[in-house]
Amino acid sequence: MEMNATLLLVCGGLVGCGVYLLLERSLTRVLAGLVLIGNGINVGFLAAGGPAGSSAFYGSADPEDMADPLPQALVLTAIVITLGTVAFLLAMAHRSWQLHGADDVQDDVEDAAIRRLAVDDETSVGHSATTQGQEEDDPEEDDR
Amino acid sequence: MSPPTRPSTREVRSLLLLVLCHAVAALLAPFVAGRIGRWVFLPLALVPTATVVWALTHTRTVLDGDRVTQRVTWVPDLGMDIDLSMGALQWLLVLVVAGIGALVLAYCTWYFRAGSPHLASFAGHLTAFMGAMLGLVVSDNLLVLFVFWELTTVFSFLLIGFDPGKRASRLAALQALVVTTLGGLAMLVGFLVLGHEAGTLSISGLLADPPRGTAVTVGVMLVLLGALSKSAQVPLHFWLPGAMAAPTPVSAYLHAASMVKAGLFLVSVLAPGFSTVPGWHLVLLTLGTLTMLVGGWRALRQIDIKLLLAYGTVSQLGFLMVLLSIGSRTAALAGLGLLLAHAMFKATLFLCVGIVDTLTGTRDLHKLSGVGRQLPVVAVAATLAGLSMVGFPPLLGFIAKETMWAALLELAHGETAGVPSYAGWLVLAGLAVGSTFTVGYTARFVWGAFATKPGVEPTEVRPLAAGFAAPPVVLALAGLVLGFAGAALTTAIAPYADTLVAGEHEEYLALWHGWELPLLFSALTLLAGAGLFAARDRVCHLQARTHPPVSAEQVYRAAMRAVDRSAIEVTGFVQRGSVTTYLTVVLVVVLAVPGSALVAALVSSLGGDGPGIDVVAWDRAAQPVVGVIMLAAAVMTVRSRRRLRAVILAGITGYGCALLFLVHGAPDIAMTQVLVETVTLVVFVLVLRRLPEYFTDRPLRPVRYARMALAAGVGVAVAGFLLVAGSGRTAEPISSQFAKAAYDFGYGRNVVNVTLVDIRAWDTFGEISVLVVAATGVASLIFLDSRSSGIRRVFDVPYPEGVDRQAARPGRRVWLPGPRTLSPERRSIVFEVVTRLLFPTVVVFSIYLLIAGHNLPGGGFAAGMVTGLALMVRYLAGGRYELDEAAPVDAGVLIGTGLFVAALSGLGPVAFGGSVLQTADVYVDLPLLGEIHLVSSIGFDIGVYLVVVGLVLDLLRTFGSRLDRQILRAEREAAEGVDSEDSRSRERRERAEVSG
Repeated sequence: MEMNATLLLVCGGLVGCGVYLLLERSLTRVLAGLVLIGNGINVGFLAAGGPAGSSAFYGSADPEDMADPLPQALVLTAIVITLGTVAFLLAMAHRSWQLHGADDVQDDVEDAAIRRLAVDDETSVGHSATTQGQEEDDPEEDDR
Repeated sequence: MSPPTRPSTREVRSLLLLVLCHAVAALLAPFVAGRIGRWVFLPLALVPTATVVWALTHTRTVLDGDRVTQRVTWVPDLGMDIDLSMGALQWLLVLVVAGIGALVLAYCTWYFRAGSPHLASFAGHLTAFMGAMLGLVVSDNLLVLFVFWELTTVFSFLLIGFDPGKRASRLAALQALVVTTLGGLAMLVGFLVLGHEAGTLSISGLLADPPRGTAVTVGVMLVLLGALSKSAQVPLHFWLPGAMAAPTPVSAYLHAASMVKAGLFLVSVLAPGFSTVPGWHLVLLTLGTLTMLVGGWRALRQIDIKLLLAYGTVSQLGFLMVLLSIGSRTAALAGLGLLLAHAMFKATLFLCVGIVDTLTGTRDLHKLSGVGRQLPVVAVAATLAGLSMVGFPPLLGFIAKETMWAALLELAHGETAGVPSYAGWLVLAGLAVGSTFTVGYTARFVWGAFATKPGVEPTEVRPLAAGFAAPPVVLALAGLVLGFAGAALTTAIAPYADTLVAGEHEEYLALWHGWELPLLFSALTLLAGAGLFAARDRVCHLQARTHPPVSAEQVYRAAMRAVDRSAIEVTGFVQRGSVTTYLTVVLVVVLAVPGSALVAALVSSLGGDGPGIDVVAWDRAAQPVVGVIMLAAAVMTVRSRRRLRAVILAGITGYGCALLFLVHGAPDIAMTQVLVETVTLVVFVLVLRRLPEYFTDRPLRPVRYARMALAAGVGVAVAGFLLVAGSGRTAEPISSQFAKAAYDFGYGRNVVNVTLVDIRAWDTFGEISVLVVAATGVASLIFLDSRSSGIRRVFDVPYPEGVDRQAARPGRRVWLPGPRTLSPERRSIVFEVVTRLLFPTVVVFSIYLLIAGHNLPGGGFAAGMVTGLALMVRYLAGGRYELDEAAPVDAGVLIGTGLFVAALSGLGPVAFGGSVLQTADVYVDLPLLGEIHLVSSIGFDIGVYLVVVGLVLDLLRTFGSRLDRQILRAEREAAEGVDSEDSRSRERRERAEVSG
């Protein structure tokens, strides 16, 4: 099948720019990146569907000359899903700004705690060599 | 070995029912306990009692050597049918499990004080455990047995961790769980190996024709690992003393009478078929003997009488393991006799400890004094049990031990295949020493718990309820009575024992065998043990001095620590906590793995080996023009430092997409893309008014260049995949049939729309469900609690300050009702007039799109977006109250209705004998309008339409109305001279809203 080089270039270009933005910390940029990737992939669907043709309406043209309708249906759902995803991420960005004063993606606190243990060569609670885990009941620990 | 003849079976339907009765009783127990407190145990005890009665009614069948079976087909494809079967061995264990279970449940009534915490769940867990144990012993399928096996582990965990507030109790529970589950998992693998080699998972099938070979040997060893861990054999024995954190009834039942016998049971079941497997005797005889010695030696020094019994149990389990693994008829007689005896005397002893502990408040044998005088009945019961344990005539323990010595002599004479004579003598010597220890620690126990010690004040003992003492007394007396029932016991055990190799003499259980060697051994161990007790202080000193540097428990803890350490290192290395890092890893893998395949494919294509690369520059002249604009916009999006600019530039690529779709011959998606892009832009702008204008400045670091390279690589890879995959395509696409199918079966000319509502309607249904989730997510992130802030109509909104109240009189109309709630400088009359004129037209147009979409461009998505845009215009012209005027409905209701309508229209055809989401059509003749072609999938499209309208409405309500309110409040606070301190406290309030 002949591939349309223009569409492929647009697809690759949009995905590349989108991925760059996706690797940023600001959620708004991540979001813009997501929009770019979404558009790029939709164009990619178009390219994969084959050559341009007449619109897919039964009876208006010979089915041989129609543009492939299946990728179109897939793209249509993808477009609307992208709207939903973007709206959701936007709400998260807003919430993050509301709580932290910035819409940056924060590092995970629990992961950081584990990394500190790893750096200090420590064990987690309950496996410490000194207490053997058989110490007296620690009331504070129990309250937790 | 005589090949076991396949016994005749008697099919019943009550066996599984008994197991289920336990489950039902366990589920009901907490509720009943809530009403009648600790008395719940008495009705619960009826369930195991019924089991005992049931087993006794089948005594005749079993003693004739037949089996009581039940088969329920469950997962035949996995060979996993619920096969239950009860032979003599199982019958004996059912009686032990259910009989002692009933007594222990009754005992619990007095063990717990009224209002004890966790009582309700305890009653349920204990009953459920009994059901699992019953299921375990009657399973005739390896996988079913495994399920019950693990169930007992789980309930044991819950019962040991009876008091979850205590750290020691939690740790002990976890330790028991880890050790026994480890063995259990090994056992599962072993079962699967055995099942694979034998071609059946049925235990009776396996024993009828035991497979052989290296794989079988490995499988059997894995199964034995499970048995060893469950029956607390060295070096996995340490969990059992730890499990004494459980309440005493649990120790008596699970950790003496029943669960720890599961491993022994499994060994006895397998012994007829597999005792000649290489390694069987080496492993089991060695570890069993060691366990008996280690357990007995440690018991000699314990101060806590419950812990003393726990180590004693470990020792006895080792003893039983030796006997039951030998695989000779005599050993089986002795082993099962002892198993029965042990279940009774050890349960008695634990129950007595429970009484002493409850009534005196201590288990320290240095503090207990004069208890025997105050609790004579308990003391007598415990002494009887103790005498049975040491093998004193005429108790059950004695007659079993007599036969035990005979079995060991057979072993030492080399009568058991695979066990050399010297090994037999070693085992005999080990067990003789172990029996001496048994006598020593039993004496220490009875003395420690009940004796009056000089120099120790008599312990205060609270009064004893008769019901409390009854279970141990019954068990102790049973041990005495059965001592005279050797012949009956022999008959009961014989059907199992006869499947094993018989010795030269036909042995039997009896009080008197004559003046023979076994009697001498019994007498010698009793004497030596008495000496050990007399010298108990010296034994303790010796133990203190020869304390081994490392205990098995320390090794366990070190192993767990090592697991924890490596988990932390691995997690710390892999989980960096940064999304960017994770994405980078994912993308690098994409580049490295599929990317290298891509390069290989490209190389071979260009070399002329693979399918060629087939490219045209463009199909339509407009494509490169639009493409250049889109690429430029994308690059500028990346470079922009302002939020709004980035978003608008990204939007340009979207509009560019729409143009590409249009020239490609896809008007439907072009239209939807334009509409969606517009909604997206407006929503972005609505949110961005709350966010800072510029992105946070970050230092430029060299890592940026790596990121650029990665991004470029991914872009190239995506395009490259499309190129190679597309060029290599040879097959006819399925969609070439779509056009005709759409008209013939979907009754529509718009192929894309029919694809959405008929051909791939499941897809679309999934997609609108995603939209529902997204809309709900947005609403919950912005509204935080509920959408209930509500829809307010204009007439209940007060006029803002500075706006004159307009007299409302009939005939006076306004263009839009909502804008009066805005301050005058925010209003635009032209916009209001245009909105007023356009809105109805646009809504009608959207409905046209919805209905026409089946044959012409349009459809539910596009129509919903158009309606959404109309609402958006109303909002922009007249503010949030205007939006409520335009759509006085809850967005959630719209979305839910839409999903419901779509589902209903999908299910509708089923009612008429069609399949889900099938399309039907009907021609209706209407006056004026003429003949109308109605297609059922319009219902589905209406559902889609409603969901999309609801989504847009939700976005407007959240990002529009709700944010308006927040902005207004911020402005008001600023105007009231609130400084930044208070705005921070407002943020805190909002944060509290989330958590609260």
